[in-house]
Amino acid sequence: MSGAREEVLERIRTALGSERRAPEVPRDYRVTDDRPTESLLDVLTDRLEDYKAQVLRCGPDDVAATVAAALDAGLGSGWTPASVVVTPGVPEGWRPDGVSEDDARPAVRLADFAATVTGVAVAIAETGTLVLDGSPRTGRRAVSLLPDCLVCVVEAGEVVGGVPEALARLDPTAPLTMISGPSATSDIELDRVEGVHGPRTLVVVLVA
Amino acid sequence: MTTAPERTDPTPLAPGAPRSGTTFLGLPTAPRGVGHLRGERPFPDAARDALRDGQLRANLGHATTTIRKKRAAVVGEVPDWEALRQAGKALKTATMARLDEHLVELERRVGERGGTVHWARDAAEANEIVTRLVQATGSDEVVKVKSMATQEIGLNEALEAAGITAHETDLAELIVQLGDDAPSHILVPAIHKNRAEIREIFLRTMPQVDPDLTDEPRRLAMAARAHLRERFLRAKVAISGANFAVAETGTLAVVESEGNGRMCLTLPQTLITVMGIEKLVPTWRDLEVFLQLLPRSSTGERMNPYTSMWTGVTPGDGPQEFHLVLLDNGRTAVLADEVGREALHCIRCSACLNVCPVYERAGGHAYGSVYPGPIGAVLSPQLTGVEDNASLPYASSLCGACYDACPVAIDIPSILVHLRAEHVEAQEKTTPEGAAFTALATAMSHPRLWHLAQRAATLGRFLARGKPTLPAVLPPPASKWTRSRDLPAPPRETFTQQWAREHRR
Amino acid sequence: MRVALFATCLVDTVAPQVAMATARLLERLGHEVVVPQGQACCGQMHVNTGYRREAVPIVANHVRAFAGAEVVVSPSGSCVASIHHQQATVARRAGETALADEAEALAERTYELSQFLVDVLGVTDVGAYYPHRVTYHPTCHSLRLLRVGDRPLTLLRAVRGLELVELPGAESCCGFGGTFSVKNADTSTAMLTDKMANVLSTHAEVCTAGDASCLMHIGGGLSRLRSGTRTVHLAEILASTEQSAHPTTPTDAVSPHQATRPAVPA
Repeated sequence: MSGAREEVLERIRTALGSERRAPEVPRDYRVTDDRPTESLLDVLTDRLEDYKAQVLRCGPDDVAATVAAALDAGLGSGWTPASVVVTPGVPEGWRPDGVSEDDARPAVRLADFAATVTGVAVAIAETGTLVLDGSPRTGRRAVSLLPDCLVCVVEAGEVVGGVPEALARLDPTAPLTMISGPSATSDIELDRVEGVHGPRTLVVVLVA
Repeated sequence: MTTAPERTDPTPLAPGAPRSGTTFLGLPTAPRGVGHLRGERPFPDAARDALRDGQLRANLGHATTTIRKKRAAVVGEVPDWEALRQAGKALKTATMARLDEHLVELERRVGERGGTVHWARDAAEANEIVTRLVQATGSDEVVKVKSMATQEIGLNEALEAAGITAHETDLAELIVQLGDDAPSHILVPAIHKNRAEIREIFLRTMPQVDPDLTDEPRRLAMAARAHLRERFLRAKVAISGANFAVAETGTLAVVESEGNGRMCLTLPQTLITVMGIEKLVPTWRDLEVFLQLLPRSSTGERMNPYTSMWTGVTPGDGPQEFHLVLLDNGRTAVLADEVGREALHCIRCSACLNVCPVYERAGGHAYGSVYPGPIGAVLSPQLTGVEDNASLPYASSLCGACYDACPVAIDIPSILVHLRAEHVEAQEKTTPEGAAFTALATAMSHPRLWHLAQRAATLGRFLARGKPTLPAVLPPPASKWTRSRDLPAPPRETFTQQWAREHRR
Repeated sequence: MRVALFATCLVDTVAPQVAMATARLLERLGHEVVVPQGQACCGQMHVNTGYRREAVPIVANHVRAFAGAEVVVSPSGSCVASIHHQQATVARRAGETALADEAEALAERTYELSQFLVDVLGVTDVGAYYPHRVTYHPTCHSLRLLRVGDRPLTLLRAVRGLELVELPGAESCCGFGGTFSVKNADTSTAMLTDKMANVLSTHAEVCTAGDASCLMHIGGGLSRLRSGTRTVHLAEILASTEQSAHPTTPTDAVSPHQATRPAVPA
């Protein structure tokens, strides 16, 4: 298909002609957010809840208990540890007893779990967005996709104000997933309802 | 399962007919006989049917009103929206000016990360490439993420002809596919269906559906989840479009809501992405603009539930084989038009559709192309050559709401007017309208002739026989007006006449 | 100030009372009004229908007619928008660089009526009297191309006796759109139907706007419905005074009680 490649490129050169004017890009928009962490956490909480995620806040010493509470909230209190998978990089201290760690099993087998616990790479306050980057802490993409309940642990230092700050922290070549609330659709009468193919429940544990 | 019958090729090729037109620079437009860029009927005729459908108008009115409010609210809370908009516009202009260089860079980066890039001159070539790639996997079915590019080229029909079943997985796209219907909106292809109609389609076409299914949107979404779950888990091949591609890194992005995109982009062994050549941005940082502009403009959300970004192949995570098909199909012809090329800046948010008073009444099918609404009215005629979609540039009252809503500030009204002129200037014979406008122009540029013409017009008052309005039954073309509107009887004297008389010294 | 009045082809020919009201209003505010007899059209209809080459001599005529004008005022958002956004462009495209430059210079001294009153003259109360229930439709080109904003509303609020009622869905297009109204008559009528329903829901006696073209469309529909609600141009309302309420001669075109003849007597 190199014929097509050369032809398309030649068409572009013909279309553009010799005089190509590329404007300067004005970047007059906000690229930083100077608000203190505490207010960013409040904004993040507000935006997550607005899109029907649940938020539980805790101190650094209470993460495991709060993750357990998050699983209670997502699965009901009768959940069994065997139905929960955690990403390999989730610290031991965050894991409720007895949960499984993601291993090299085929991705589709992850559908057997009811819930997943992951960390995040960065969280965006203004849009209520969690970004997972395929690192050990956030896991491969399937693990945060197939189980119906997703618990994400966010540490205060991972929270930024807006989109520009978040992208600056990320490695573009990593497999990235930006998550803003549970799976949802606006396809019926352009009204948003939560819960389609991705996790129908999103619980965020905010550690500060 | 096929797509709608009315969408099959509206303009079959006559023997010996050219496959496509060319622009003045010799750049080919999208070929006839493949894909869905041309309607069967002129817009006014197609719109007439839609206008008679009260249910359709109610559905569209309800949906567009809902989304307009949501968009206005989330755009209103961004203090630097206009700055983002201007940055988006400049980024797109700058990208187009170096499009060839950016594409070559993208190709190199994707290749370095284990992906394979293919180039397609037109729809037919893209369909051939994708079909061959699917056949090479041995699979006879694919799951699809909603993609305008693959709609445009008629990929599903091409795959079907090769014995490959394509499962649409976006909810609205699924509704359209199951209902044997055609998409009518860029973002929400089933916007013309209401919840009751969707329930009926699901009950009729989903084999294992709960017979007690209600029309509650949440229940309908659950039905789609159950219907597609097993297909996702068994799929070997996925086909997607792309919202963005980053030239400097080779990164592709798909923006979605439901998680069907993530399923397709994550679980199958092979991923094939079909992308128009205009969809790229030069640098990673550029996404910081578009990831703010797009969700707020399209679904009226601060951020859509899921955005997936991937660069080539990641060992142990997601598809291990990745193909990117770069599609021209008339885009370079659009690029050749200095006024019209701005249409290539479109990020497919559909904000212009949602605010358009013409779209709201006529609906998407009236445009005859997969790209409806104001952006469709400027994009489709340019992709096909304006004579193949000659009625679309006139399908606008030029109210300008689309320009105000566009997150990358595409001046759609000006392009519409430009394309009208391109159409007029393409006529080889003088049309009655052309003769009338030429005569009127002569009068309007010679004051003495103009005053004579005005005096002739005031004679029309005698038709009114002393009444304040002219008769409702006037011959064509005046009948087009008087069918629904009275015309005031012309005055005895024009203003300039009266003024001259009063001020004669 | 010496103000050149551009009536526009439509107003001049079929709604002369609008231009007369504009002239009377400006004179009442103490300005001299001149009406260049060479004027015809801004060229918008030609440009918007695709006849941009044919529009060039029309633009040339317009530029010629107003060459000596210090300032030009027109009772039309749409035509002023065309003068600002289209004239120079079509001239330049046709290679008429000098004409384009002249058109640009003329555009800089050309104002839509409400912008001229508020921005140039600094007047918001023009001393008008108009004892009617009125709703205001912001026409698309005055709203989105000229950005007249709430200037017309500010002017209307200062009119004595006038009860201003908000028009629901005000910013939706009425469906006129020049030749759109006949080329896509059915869609145009559907848009008009919704606009009329909103106008009638206000129970206003009068629907006003800054463009005679849109008013001809809306008024033509209201007349066909025999609704009793009529359309009156903003200039006519602003020109009305208590004196003109009791006109001494019937040729005094502007009367607050019957500014335009309703198509069907209410």
